[in-house]
Amino acid sequence: MQEDLISGRIRKAPENFLNQDGIKTVFAEAKQGRRNFIRNAFAAAAAGAAGTAALAQGNPVPTEGGDPNILNLPEHSTGLGQGVASDGGYGHPSKYEANVQRRQSPGLTQTTQASVSFAPLQSLFGIITPSGLHFERHHQGWWDIDPSKHRLMINGMVKNAKVFTMDEIMRLPSVSRIHFIECGANTAVEWGNVAVPTVQYTHGMVSCSEFTGVPLITLLELAGADLKNGKYVLAEGADGSSMTRTIPMELIKSGEVFVAYGQNGEMLRPEQGYPLRLVVPGVQGVSWVKYLRRIEVGDMPYAAKDEAVHYIDLLPSGQHRQYSSIQECKSVVTTPSGGQVLLDKGFYNITGLAWSGRGKVKRVDVSVDGGRNWRTARIEGPVQSKAMTRFNIDWVWDGKPAIIQSRAMDETGFVQPTYKQLRAVRGTRSIYHNNAIQSWLVQESGEVKNVQVS
Amino acid sequence: MSRFRNAALMVALLAVAGIAAAQSSKYPGVGRDATTKEVAAWDIDVRPDFKGLPPGSGSVAKGQDVWEGKCAHCHGIFADSGEVFSPIVGVGGISKEDIKTGHVAKLLDKNYPGRTTFMKVATLSTIWDYINRAMPWTAPKTLTHDEVYAVTAYLLNLAGIVPDNFTLSDKNIADVQKLMPNRNGMDREHNMWPGREFSKVTKSDTANVACMKDCVPEPKVASFLPDYARNAHGNLAEQNRLVGAQHGADTTKPEPKTPEAAAEAVKSSVAATAKAEAKPAAKAAAGGVDNKAALALLSKYSCTACHAIDHKVVGPSFQEVGKKHAGKVDYLAGKIKSGGSGVWGPIPMPAQSLSEAEAKTIATWLAAGAAK
Repeated sequence: MQEDLISGRIRKAPENFLNQDGIKTVFAEAKQGRRNFIRNAFAAAAAGAAGTAALAQGNPVPTEGGDPNILNLPEHSTGLGQGVASDGGYGHPSKYEANVQRRQSPGLTQTTQASVSFAPLQSLFGIITPSGLHFERHHQGWWDIDPSKHRLMINGMVKNAKVFTMDEIMRLPSVSRIHFIECGANTAVEWGNVAVPTVQYTHGMVSCSEFTGVPLITLLELAGADLKNGKYVLAEGADGSSMTRTIPMELIKSGEVFVAYGQNGEMLRPEQGYPLRLVVPGVQGVSWVKYLRRIEVGDMPYAAKDEAVHYIDLLPSGQHRQYSSIQECKSVVTTPSGGQVLLDKGFYNITGLAWSGRGKVKRVDVSVDGGRNWRTARIEGPVQSKAMTRFNIDWVWDGKPAIIQSRAMDETGFVQPTYKQLRAVRGTRSIYHNNAIQSWLVQESGEVKNVQVS
Repeated sequence: MSRFRNAALMVALLAVAGIAAAQSSKYPGVGRDATTKEVAAWDIDVRPDFKGLPPGSGSVAKGQDVWEGKCAHCHGIFADSGEVFSPIVGVGGISKEDIKTGHVAKLLDKNYPGRTTFMKVATLSTIWDYINRAMPWTAPKTLTHDEVYAVTAYLLNLAGIVPDNFTLSDKNIADVQKLMPNRNGMDREHNMWPGREFSKVTKSDTANVACMKDCVPEPKVASFLPDYARNAHGNLAEQNRLVGAQHGADTTKPEPKTPEAAAEAVKSSVAATAKAEAKPAAKAAAGGVDNKAALALLSKYSCTACHAIDHKVVGPSFQEVGKKHAGKVDYLAGKIKSGGSGVWGPIPMPAQSLSEAEAKTIATWLAAGAAK
């Protein structure tokens, strides 16, 4: 297994990310010198000697007396630019943005069809995830389905089973709402110890979009659903796995659940379920069934594969928590974050994302000393229910080691837990629903590391 | 509610007028009634109480035949392989005692490698339903109902739940459910389901408080990535924007120890990245090799379910194949079409139904080294 770690093949999703040997190796390393180095570094920082050195200027005046980028007019100031619609009719990001990609975590899965790609949270601004960078999770590969042939069926405990075409669904009154979607297994590899280097791999199975579609309750009423005895709803996809999940009736009756065809102003991307997916705000992504083909009303939960074999949380008692669906309040600092380098001492804007499956984010606090002292961050509004919320806070880095954390609170008063608190009740093997406070260590070199603190 | 009364009245009036009741909805012209035939075609789910289970039966022996032909190449002959997917059954995971109690004791053993499907699953319907809807991996929904019964019986036998001579059917499946080793292993007493269907618990199991000053003693770093894993996720300099308050760390080089060294490393990696981008991306195809077309075919015919470009999955990597059979286009094209076993190991590759020209495109690409 050590070999696997060296080659970066940290094994198997969504379960068995790291085996015991791997974990022991990492812990053993941590116990040795490196840990002392960091502890010593802190001690030095606390002693606080060092007079404040003059901060280096990031963009110094060159000896020539001016910046050549100013003095010598560039081609784009002296020539003719490109014409309209020259990009094939659909614009692309700048070529200088090529590093900003969704990525697979090496060795996590053996197939690309039952796999994950992670959104590059370290490079995103605001709360909307560009559709092409939205994280992907497929259970049996993605398809680009002809929308003229796609159908949605409503059956089960209904007066009349119904069939809808996409044309018909798009005729109905629509809603557009901004919601986050987070995989239940987001941050799963970090339950026991640090396993991956960047926020893309620790938290990149979360994204946020404006979705457009029709409330499911409208379709259920059209079919004459028995909403009194029909306490459970099954959603089913049209892809090979024909993914199924039991959908909470409470969120359907409240009007929150909707069948979506739109995402960020255009149709859904094929990887996101084109032409139709379910949106279940606040609930883990696996319930947002893609390529949605059927809704069944019933009087019993369905124990589908992804609620009876996977997406169940192993507790220290040996029991598995089943039908755990809500993504509880969580946050993460996206810059500075693991794998980045601060270019110099001086001012930085610490920024990150917070979200809660139970409603609005009320407050986010940020610590730069590993959780000893906290300051309340600025929240960028308007704050929306079950949507990403962006926070910012000023920070002047003095060049000494710092551990940056964020801690979110939602409108129910729930406060995001520490790893210690989370492990105390759920152990380290429950895989799903890890919403612990994330720590980033800024080292004296300026390089930022993913760490967990005790 | 008056809306419903009005609707009912409308129904009555329209019925008199001889127009279908479906037209009476709030949104006339949208949606129609599904036919019985349509519902039967799609309504395939099987619930824990076995509602939805079609009649049929299958023996352990027949299940083994189906398994070896259609399932073993991903899951292993004994369904214990973790090469491609999580193992379904494993050695020593389930005991006779578990079958009595309905709790799998090994779930408490932190050293037991890989929790298997049968150690976790409480409901037999889940197994039948998923095999029926989603398997085999590259050809879902192609098994007959009897084959699904047979494969389920084979797995139950491997898990030690039913004997070798067992035949599973719609008549006895509820009895087998009573033997499922982890049937009592599910906990629904939590507040993470929206609604009160499962539990009255409203409090979360964690309860942090928003302390602001002197909250914890001096933090100690308890876990971080070891140095040897520094570049395990690729060069992080190439995974960050080239401009901004922070740049990515060049993880192809050892960690810089001083701020000056770090700043220098960032500058050189930015320059290197910019240089790399300046190169033209597409390499000209040489010798009739069409990488793009070959890669598209690999995807179209699900070759990538079992093979990857540069590492072994179920079968050898494309590059290994290309290396071993460099230049042998006709041989490779023939092998792709006929399948076979023995060259790379005992796991057979099934014969592939693609055109001569398509096989040749892939073979030419393979024989030239299988470039990405």
